[in-house]
Amino acid sequence: MSAPLRGAPETILIVGASLAGLAAAHALRAQGYAGALTLVGDEPHLPYDRPPLSKQVLRGQFCDDTTLPRHPDLRAAFRLGTPAQSLDLDARAVTLADGARLRYDRLLIATGTRARPWPNPDEAGLADVFTLRSRDDAARLSARLRAGPRRVILVGGGFIGFEVASTCRDLDIPVTVLVREGAPLSAALGPRLGGWVGGIAREQGVDLRLGAEIERMEAPGGRLAAVLLKDGARIEADVLVAAIGTVRNVAWLDGAGLAADDGGVTCDGYGRVLRANGDIVAEVFAAGDVARWPNPHQDERLVAVEHWGNAQAQARTAARNMLAGPAAGLIRHDHLPDFWSQQFGRTIKLVGLADGADSLAIVHGSLAEGRFVALYGREGRTVAAASVDSARWLPAYAAAIRERAPFPPFEGAVDQPRIRIEEP
Amino acid sequence: MSCTTLFEQVLDPDHRADPYPLFAQLRRQPVCRQADGTYVVSTHAEIARLVADPRISSEDLPDPQKFRWTGHPVTDLLVRPIRAEIRRRHQPFIFRDPPDHDRLRGLVMRAFSPERVRGMREETRQLTDELIDAFAEKSRIDLVDDFSYPLPVTVICKLLGVPPEDEPQFQGWATQLSTALEPNQRSDEATQAKNEQCFTEISAFLRDLIAKKRKAPGDDILSDLATGGDGAEDEPERMNDFDLIATAVLLLVAGHETTVNLITNSVLTLLRRPEHWERLARAPEIAPRLIEEMLRFEPPVQYRTRLAVADIPIQGVTIPKGAPVVLLLASGNRDPARFTDPDRFDPDRPDNRHLGFGGGLHYCVGAPLARIEAEVALVALARRLRNPRLVADPPPYRPGASLRGPRHLCLDLDGVTGA
Ligand SMILES: Cc1cc2nc3c(=O)[nH]c(=O)nc-3n(C[C@H](O)[C@H](O)[C@H](O)COP(=O)(O)OP(=O)(O)OC[C@H]3O[C@@H](n4cnc5c(N)ncnc54)[C@H](O)[C@@H]3O)c2cc1C
Ligand code: HEM
Repeated sequence: MSAPLRGAPETILIVGASLAGLAAAHALRAQGYAGALTLVGDEPHLPYDRPPLSKQVLRGQFCDDTTLPRHPDLRAAFRLGTPAQSLDLDARAVTLADGARLRYDRLLIATGTRARPWPNPDEAGLADVFTLRSRDDAARLSARLRAGPRRVILVGGGFIGFEVASTCRDLDIPVTVLVREGAPLSAALGPRLGGWVGGIAREQGVDLRLGAEIERMEAPGGRLAAVLLKDGARIEADVLVAAIGTVRNVAWLDGAGLAADDGGVTCDGYGRVLRANGDIVAEVFAAGDVARWPNPHQDERLVAVEHWGNAQAQARTAARNMLAGPAAGLIRHDHLPDFWSQQFGRTIKLVGLADGADSLAIVHGSLAEGRFVALYGREGRTVAAASVDSARWLPAYAAAIRERAPFPPFEGAVDQPRIRIEEP
Repeated sequence: MSCTTLFEQVLDPDHRADPYPLFAQLRRQPVCRQADGTYVVSTHAEIARLVADPRISSEDLPDPQKFRWTGHPVTDLLVRPIRAEIRRRHQPFIFRDPPDHDRLRGLVMRAFSPERVRGMREETRQLTDELIDAFAEKSRIDLVDDFSYPLPVTVICKLLGVPPEDEPQFQGWATQLSTALEPNQRSDEATQAKNEQCFTEISAFLRDLIAKKRKAPGDDILSDLATGGDGAEDEPERMNDFDLIATAVLLLVAGHETTVNLITNSVLTLLRRPEHWERLARAPEIAPRLIEEMLRFEPPVQYRTRLAVADIPIQGVTIPKGAPVVLLLASGNRDPARFTDPDRFDPDRPDNRHLGFGGGLHYCVGAPLARIEAEVALVALARRLRNPRLVADPPPYRPGASLRGPRHLCLDLDGVTGA
């Protein structure tokens, strides 16, 4: 164990100037922290919001400036456009790419994730191959979509890919979605609901191909012309968006001795990071997409939750705990994961994690109506609830998930059909 | 004291002027079973949670209408049971659950468009000025009878499209029927008979009016609802006449006594704190915040009743299936866990998420209208009444505990200033 913390912090450093970093900064000030506060970010922008990037921004509905509001009294120094390069736990200092060395009493690691690059570097380098994580990515892709491509190929069956596909349809651009699995969105929603969303996408003109993988791209003269699939099919297209997941930004922690790898930076339940040998580093915390912690709603399994709501809640918990003195004053991060997505004219919301569910029940509405609440069960307990255009009752199911209620948690409610339990 | 009889005291008219200390006692046990099996929910978080819970129903509440034998077999065995059945199936949507609730409410929301509601501001202003002009010669007024009562009913009549000559009659019906919205009102037989009579009359009146609107639609809510409106994108849906009548009565009743109480409670609260009254006269732009604080501090609807349709575990208690549930909105509004210094009237309060308009799927449809009416009325009163003084404090209250408000609010004045 590291030595107990002495004294109130006077210098707090946050690495990663985005959603989690800014939320932590606000929370620190709201709790009366008056000392020095610095946010380091490798992007040149002030903290901005990402969810609109694949929705309104791409559709051209908002101006592309999604800068997050900052409290006029935040009194934080932003060092933007300079990545942190290394962390020295013993000296309590972070070195930036420009050589600056920043000391801290408390550190928050909030470096999030980046888009997983297309695995073939030559193809990834093509001007017509895009990924989407940052504002600049969105601006580039948006300009390209507005220029009216012949066809866009989206690789990946996740939410961001589906949101981009939906936007393409809104802009009347032909789009093919390639999903390696047998159903889209199945990691988050399971094959049944994922398949249902896939059906909606098809109804709206998406050429959805399941079990499809790219063999190679054809790019004569450096411009994308077509992709060849492993099954021999050839699809002509001039834009490709790879939405194949994320990679956690932990490279700068190499050599620091933390328990950090592709799965994220490992924390305890209070957000304090662990050394590779399992010891707690009492003055260093992690929050947001980069963090992985024992989740009380998942039987204390180590999980990372790459959701907007979690980034904020975890940042607030970390801020609280940074200022708390003895261990007894620490609070646990027990946020129930929640998530939303807008695509094909619908709003999908999810609370809990459906991952590993063994049963499913539609408890309000129906797939046929296109508005419903679905519950997920695992080993007899309710672990997640998803809604499509009917989020009204979700809070009650969220409470049931928190309480580890049986599956299904109750029957005979208002507007509830007779519950039939199915495969997820 | 145990909380099991506290709600009985809330219902007791002796506590009408200041029920808030009772609420503070109730909050010690956020979900408390009363001796009669009702569960009273008194804290903000728990109320907010239950308004979004599918185990909470607004339907099939214990029927306040008791059967009375008239002695005519045709009436008793045929006409009345059929009428009762029709009425049961076509309850106004405040007493219905999804999916029916959503369909009916959706149609109303379409007709209750923001432009139409905003359009009422000017009419409300004129009306307010006329009502205040009439105080010129008086040294004493009753704010309730002379101002608060006539205002909302006239506004809703205009919105609905009730011809001006029928407004006085409408006001009478509205006043009578508001007792039907009052839960827990052990109304005597005479009141019940009057309500029934009144309902028959207003139904007949509306049936005629709807027929007229279908032939010659006007720019009003009833015309839109009767014809399916013009803004309908999808297959123009229409309410059947039973639902249409029930809806029109609901709009009339739900928007009447509530708004009366908001205006009256506001004047009472402000005259008890003259610095706020003066501030409003000087700086009318604070009116919107002041009204939100009023809806928190003295909400016109103090509680709503629901029914648990499945067991609900909450706060260490299980509300059993079949139990009536009282959501004590006015207590949630004074919950110190949600509002700092909750018993202080403070229009500058940040993040005022009060429960004055309820919450969840039955959240008040008329909130934008009520806000406009209250704003116009209060700004004009604060500006124009010269040196208003409360004659009696506390004033006499009407008996209802849910739709709680003064029966009279007598004010002495030194006249009024010009509009
Ligand atoms: C297109 C898109 C749509 C989304 N839609 C939704 C949605 O609908 N709902 C939802 O719940 N979530 C959504 N998300 C996820 C949500 O945006 C993330 O959960 C959230 O941004 C996580 O915040 P964070 O601060 O932890 O990480 P990030 O936002 O990833 O921020 C990390 C920051 O740290 C910077 N950084 C990295 N390394 C370094 C370094 N060495 N030094 C300095 N700075 C560094 C990064 O450049 C970045 O600015 C979406 C994400 C994207 C990209
Ligand atoms: C200050 C004035 C008002 C207050 C305090 C008020 C308060 C409320 C409250 C608390 C509810 C929730 C009822 C429940 O949950 O059971 C409600 C519902 C309702 N109100 Fe209001 N109201 C006001 C004015 C109006 C006006 C002016 C109208 C219409 C003209 C109106 C129409 C309705 C309707 C139709 C409902 C039912 C909504 C539903 O069931 O979906 N109200 N109101």
